[in-house]
Amino acid sequence: MTVATERVEVRPPATGDPAPRKKGSALSRFWPQYLAISPFYLLFAVFGLFPILFSLFISFHDWDGVGKMTWVGLSQYVYLVGDPRFWNAVGNTFIIWFLSTVPMLFLALLLAFTLHQNIRFKGLYRVAFFLPNVTSMVAMAIVFGSVFSDSFGLVNSALTALHLDSVPWLTSDWGIKVTISVMVIWRWTGYNAIIFLAGLQAISEDVYDAAKVDGAPAWRIFSQITMPLLRPVILFAVITSTIGGLGLFTEPQVLLGDAGGPNEAGMTMVLYQYNQAFTNFDFGYGSAIGWALFIISGVFAIINWRLISERNENGRFSMRRTRVHH
Amino acid sequence: MFTTEPAKTVFQPPRRSGVVKSSEHPRAKKVVGIVVTQVVVILGVLLSIFPFYWLVVMSTNTTAAIFGFPPTLTFGSHLFANIANVFANIDLLRALLNTLIVSLACAVLVMFFDSLAAFTFAKYKFPLQKPLFALLLVTFMIPAQLSLVPNFVIMAHLGWVGSLQALIVPGAANAFGIFLLRQLATGAIPDELIESARMDGAGFFRTYWTVAIPLLRGGLAFLGIFTFIGAWNDYVWPLIVLVNPQQQTLQVALSQLNSVYGTDYGMVMAGALMSVLPLIGVFLIGSRHFIANIAAGAVKG
Repeated sequence: MTVATERVEVRPPATGDPAPRKKGSALSRFWPQYLAISPFYLLFAVFGLFPILFSLFISFHDWDGVGKMTWVGLSQYVYLVGDPRFWNAVGNTFIIWFLSTVPMLFLALLLAFTLHQNIRFKGLYRVAFFLPNVTSMVAMAIVFGSVFSDSFGLVNSALTALHLDSVPWLTSDWGIKVTISVMVIWRWTGYNAIIFLAGLQAISEDVYDAAKVDGAPAWRIFSQITMPLLRPVILFAVITSTIGGLGLFTEPQVLLGDAGGPNEAGMTMVLYQYNQAFTNFDFGYGSAIGWALFIISGVFAIINWRLISERNENGRFSMRRTRVHH
Repeated sequence: MFTTEPAKTVFQPPRRSGVVKSSEHPRAKKVVGIVVTQVVVILGVLLSIFPFYWLVVMSTNTTAAIFGFPPTLTFGSHLFANIANVFANIDLLRALLNTLIVSLACAVLVMFFDSLAAFTFAKYKFPLQKPLFALLLVTFMIPAQLSLVPNFVIMAHLGWVGSLQALIVPGAANAFGIFLLRQLATGAIPDELIESARMDGAGFFRTYWTVAIPLLRGGLAFLGIFTFIGAWNDYVWPLIVLVNPQQQTLQVALSQLNSVYGTDYGMVMAGALMSVLPLIGVFLIGSRHFIANIAAGAVKG
């Protein structure tokens, strides 16, 4: 954990002579710098900025990607607002996000606190916890599909062996959502635990020592020092899991196919977009869904941000929450 | 982690807050704490690696054995038969080669372009520097799914649909790497070194190559592995743009193998195993460095 104080703003114009004021000479004087940063901006212009505007344009059309584009105005959006399949996908996405994020954050905190103790083989454990995160989700979705398979899966075999009823994991509404959530939890818990651990390790011993000198009881140190100092890291985890959760695609697509399984119970927002644009070849509607996703994610991100920063101001919501869990 | 009490005890109080009065037995409590800790950690490790174990079990057994009741829980001897089946059904070597080309190309290009831009932003002042960097940060907020459809159309116009440059070129430089390396470069490259390189007559690009690159090696290695893994595992974009069944990446080929021959578990799992093994190798080689960087990035950011 190097401390950020290294970043003192000493940046003399390393190019040398005092900059001439003439604007016209900027390009000729600084052409190597502009050239050096240009690849990103060129790629962004072509594959980032232009597609955004273009997708807005497409969303006002009826287009299969090959034939003629027909201007339809806002009717794709009107259709979207009344499309039960779309709202089903939105609901599914949020349910899966909630089912996976809450246990994941709790388990990750628990793991981080335990790893923070003086235990042996810490390096080895960290590798094991991180492994799920770097592994291809296609391969692992296939593995989970077999583990949770309705008739022959490992989980149902275990349940049967224990004389319990087997669960239709891949054919029932909730079974599907739970299975997908389990995959997400499996993949991200270790990752977040390692980030939380780094956050714990970054807290200076001096802070604790000062608190101890002041005679603060241990629970107070935990709630007023450890958790507040950990909050930025928790915020980071919430934001990344929100981005990942709302963009969920690989897990349901590999596990259940393009249609999201029986009753579309595993249809997520991005899977629905893919389904409409690339299996139905409805590019106009696919683009409209893309914009709807953008707006929904934006609103959700702002809500998330507001909630967490408000908690930040008036004290200790998130620490209280974590304490309850322990 | 050689310091003793303070750090370790800090988080324990909540857990034992219910038994605060029994503080007459600190040693017993300590032992219980250690046992609980070990159990939690080892349980976590087992859950993390079990799917890998199960993957190996399934790819070494026949489908009949996997589907038996009770199912086989140990390694079998059918690995090579299963692998042979994979090769009989899909061109796995081609998919592996394609994935390798794309991942390597992305990693090398990202390392080069991102470090060049990062070095420039960190160490030089030029007109519009600040707004350009702010723009770079704004691009983080644009979700990828917004551009799936239009990017496919662009690729169609470029004639790149079905070919590997559709995967390589858009990912050749990214905001994440520039941001990361800029943070690093600001502290890691002393201005005096740049100044003395200039005195020696080195131009901008020579300074980048001889001064900046060696000092950014650690960050570059991380970014390279990170990009390689990301490109290797990328799924939705290759699925859309690689329309030719003969020209696939591993993930797409594996997904197709699964949807077409899904009932032959032994074979599909052998394919899955071969698709994750190289990546696990890459990760294990750089794991310590990699994990430390991920964690540090999150804590600082």
